[in-house]
Amino acid sequence: MSAEAITANGHEHGSHASPSFYWAIGGILTVITAVEVAIFYIPALAGVLVPLLLTLSAAKFVLVVMFFMHLKFDSKVFTGLFLSGLVLATFMTVALIVLFQVLPKYKF
Amino acid sequence: MSQAATVAHEDHHYTSTGLPSWKVGFWAFIGSECLFFASLISTYMVYKGRSVVGPYPEEILDIPLTSISTFVLLMSSLAMVLALDAVQRGSKKLTLIWLGGVIVLGAGFLGFQVYEFNHFVHEGLTIGTNVFGSSFFVLTGFHGAHVAGGVIWMITLWILAVRGKLAPADSLKVEIAGLYWHFVDIVWIAIFTLVYLIQ
Repeated sequence: MSAEAITANGHEHGSHASPSFYWAIGGILTVITAVEVAIFYIPALAGVLVPLLLTLSAAKFVLVVMFFMHLKFDSKVFTGLFLSGLVLATFMTVALIVLFQVLPKYKF
Repeated sequence: MSQAATVAHEDHHYTSTGLPSWKVGFWAFIGSECLFFASLISTYMVYKGRSVVGPYPEEILDIPLTSISTFVLLMSSLAMVLALDAVQRGSKKLTLIWLGGVIVLGAGFLGFQVYEFNHFVHEGLTIGTNVFGSSFFVLTGFHGAHVAGGVIWMITLWILAVRGKLAPADSLKVEIAGLYWHFVDIVWIAIFTLVYLIQ
């Protein structure tokens, strides 16, 4: 990718999406949040509540990062910078939960 | 490249990749902020269920109220991206409307948080009551401080727009402020699920 292909703000493809597209993303985020709250109150879903909530939350996270933060349209350098921190952070969180919440339940 | 973009190209410093150095640096900052908030969320998760005295999360967390504040913050992100679009299109009127929207919605979210903290203290939950109180107030307090910083940032941009100093060539300023605002939003997406909904 040449430097000439990148616009002043670092976008590979020039402009972003249209306002109507952003409104659509806002609508989807609202619906997902409503679904999250609704399933929280449904006792029948208690067994699958955690994976469901984590999946819905991840979907909201990805929508905001890709379209509102424009990572889908921007240089992959920005994606790399963000993911390097996010992956390290995820590993750290999982490691600490395993060390202090999961392993103490087992007797070695 | 458009004329506005050419002007911006002259105003901003660029790295050897051709990317604006401000934006590269800010994404690196956001990467480091991921680790900062992950450490706070990890602390909350590690101490989850280990309080020996109440109030406990299931007794005190108000899901309907927090759902509304979550919606408010999500809509502020929508207003932010529309503000950036307005700046890039050179519409001063829409820029003022949407930046004003971000300020009002951000302040509204902070209002919900102040109400929640005040309610918890009246219910007997302070930062020193139990490990839930300590980890909860530190995590949500730092997030609230980030939102407060963002609101101040948006007010400065709004004042620039009022004075006519936010032209399409200055859109990088709004874009970087937007990155910060959306990051604060995605952190709340994680907090809302991990702290409030998964009890």
